Amino acid sequence: MGEVQALQNTMGEVKVIGSSKSLFCTRVEWALKLKGVEYEYLEEDLLNKSTLLLQHNPVHKKVPVLVHNNKPVAESLVILEYIDETWKHNSLLPEDPHERAMARFWAKFADEKCLMGAFMAFWKEGEEKEKAIESALESFTFLEKQIQGKKFFSGDDNIGYFDLVMGWIPLWLNVMEEVGGMKLDDPQKFPSLHEWAQNFNEIPLIKDCLPPRDALVNYFNFTVNYNRSMAEAKQ
Amino acid sequence: MASDQVTLLDLWASPFGMRVRLALAEKGVKYEYSEQDLMNKGALLLQMNPVHKKIPVLVHNGKPVCESLIIVQYIDEVWKDKAPFLPSDPYQRAQSRFWADFVDKKIYDFGRKIWMEKGEDQEAAKKGFIDSLKLLEGELGDKPYFGGETIGYVDIALVPFYTWFYAYETIGNFSIEAECPKLIGYCKRCLKKETVSKSLEDPKKVYDFVVMLRKKYGIE
Repeated sequence: MGEVQALQNTMGEVKVIGSSKSLFCTRVEWALKLKGVEYEYLEEDLLNKSTLLLQHNPVHKKVPVLVHNNKPVAESLVILEYIDETWKHNSLLPEDPHERAMARFWAKFADEKCLMGAFMAFWKEGEEKEKAIESALESFTFLEKQIQGKKFFSGDDNIGYFDLVMGWIPLWLNVMEEVGGMKLDDPQKFPSLHEWAQNFNEIPLIKDCLPPRDALVNYFNFTVNYNRSMAEAKQ
Repeated sequence: MASDQVTLLDLWASPFGMRVRLALAEKGVKYEYSEQDLMNKGALLLQMNPVHKKIPVLVHNGKPVCESLIIVQYIDEVWKDKAPFLPSDPYQRAQSRFWADFVDKKIYDFGRKIWMEKGEDQEAAKKGFIDSLKLLEGELGDKPYFGGETIGYVDIALVPFYTWFYAYETIGNFSIEAECPKLIGYCKRCLKKETVSKSLEDPKKVYDFVVMLRKKYGIE
């Protein structure tokens, strides 16, 4: 039996419930493509959530949800580990337990401090914006140290778990900077990180899953106005 | 492994620290416990966790691991021959990780707001807290533990917070047992295990600690 046929037989039925503009959903697609897993993508309207989504993620009601043979897995980082454990070739996480712990640590740090920091810097205004930018820049400094001397965060020539987790930087951060009027990915402050972003975005399977830039610009314009009007309504 | 050097940098009242103590107890790992002064952080803590400067930190043969659930997974992977915390099936593992993440996102945050906030904010936190515990009760179902017949990853993530329930109830003026009797029954069942009872702190002492924190933050 050929390798491809054998792989397809083990895949089962794989669906991704997602939103094409969500960086969390794109991570999942990248992981599936890296593993050569075929899947059906079900685009979700987040302002009008489907029964399928609410059924498969009743706790958080969010995307992405991976549905494998009708069994749902939610939360992007949990999904990445599930994908890595189910389709064992082209490993995303390292073998060594300490290195695995480090990859998980940096992923948590990047999502909590860098990504959330970037969102804060994006939608806040005035003095709060300045503080948010400063805080995000501090977090990015840690990432710069991590990537120095390496092509990818995985430490070798192939991208891994943490590269996928950081994958929002080349496109999503760039759009947030434009729409939000701030700069975080500064090639002078973070030359190694900037170079990583360019190498990462050149990879064909990465590029294939990216949403069109103008759709993302429209989406972020919408969210910044929406969030600010919600904040005003609260006051 | 007799040559292993294991140190835990911790604070006695921290539920995150208790998770690690419980994980080490379940695996029967001998370690040195090092109580940290978070008002006056020591050089070792700052060296081992320069990013967050927080406890718990597990130092194994000189190499640090930070963030309690990451430490628990590390312990499970290194001392893999005894008492596995995660099931072997990838789907079941994903469910365990999901629910442990849920505990981190909901129980800690709402609990913290219960003792730090007042008025409407505190009421909202109490509601969120109880709703989250009810979801956990649903997930537990008829099993003795979230891990099934034995303590697992989700149990380790959740049970230490039980030591803070008395503080939440007293400060928030409500009864968790009245709303979630099944969950309280589950916590008491866990405490019957020696590994759990020796890893968890006395809720009354934790309450005194929280009272001291409230005074320090000027919350009255």
